[in-house]
Amino acid sequence: MLDVDPWTLLTIVALGLITVVTRGFFFISDKPWSLPGWAQRGLQYAPIAALAAVVIPEIVMARGQLVDTWQDARLFAALAGMAVYLPLHVGLGW
Amino acid sequence: MFFLPQHRRHAEFWEGVRDQGSVAMGISAWGLMTGVAMVKSGLSVAEALLMTFIVYAGSAQLAAVPMMVSGAPLWVILAAAFCVNLRFVVFSAHLRPYLMHLPRWERLVSGYVTGDLSYVFFARRYPKPGQTPDELARQQAYLMGNCAVNYVGWMTASVVGVVLANAIPTEWGLGFAGILALLGVLCSLASSHLRVLSAGVAGAAAVAAWALPLKLNILVAIASAVAVCLVIEHLDPKRSGGHRGA
Repeated sequence: MLDVDPWTLLTIVALGLITVVTRGFFFISDKPWSLPGWAQRGLQYAPIAALAAVVIPEIVMARGQLVDTWQDARLFAALAGMAVYLPLHVGLGW
Repeated sequence: MFFLPQHRRHAEFWEGVRDQGSVAMGISAWGLMTGVAMVKSGLSVAEALLMTFIVYAGSAQLAAVPMMVSGAPLWVILAAAFCVNLRFVVFSAHLRPYLMHLPRWERLVSGYVTGDLSYVFFARRYPKPGQTPDELARQQAYLMGNCAVNYVGWMTASVVGVVLANAIPTEWGLGFAGILALLGVLCSLASSHLRVLSAGVAGAAAVAAWALPLKLNILVAIASAVAVCLVIEHLDPKRSGGHRGA
């Protein structure tokens, strides 16, 4: 319960550095500069792609196979979650 | 950072505290859920607490934990977390003129504590950077007021979630709650046709490339989705319109 795997600790510290670097990306240099155009446009699409790449396999796959039955509880959980979330998001702007 | 008296003596600090206070319940609920989900996905209590205090980025934490537990290599986990956090790169470009009067370490600490909602409230309150040192100091005080509430609310709720997680039976499957929460974040980002396409391409590619070793399917999925969207945008520039926010 209180054990800390050294590799996990290293990963956590590195993830903290990722937080610092991304939140302060344009604060690092004192000189004004900007990203090339293609990278700026790519920023529009990368975050949602990263989330989809992590989330969608977790929902539709089990043990390396596509879930082949609609009886899988996770599909219902995802649908139920959306049934609660979407009205809140659309109606209340959450 | 936000506890400095130089911020607290401005009325703008307390205005920020009040504004962020209006969403503190939502922040706390999300923090509580993140705390529970980290432990239920396989981190020890000590690891989950360290992650809470060091990483301070809910979506990246929830995305990283399943990869860490499944033994993905460090650089793949970091690359995926970087992509999840790319919205903050956009925010930092916007905030740059508001913060450049500060020394570098203060800029970086300010950036580190500025989460999504603090940024959103700040950008709404101050459409233009201050013209005088006093205006800039007041703007910074408002930002730090927001960040203080966000930080305290998030940290408290996350720690409670991590501690409570052991009292919740694993059979309830709350590890999956983290995935559901990320699905909600994903939907909130789907603000244009091309972003929806990006999510669709990435999801399909991540499933199709599942057999790749080292969780490389995640990186293949991100790269192919971004490439497809950039090509379509290039071929048909008017489709790239209609973005809401970043």
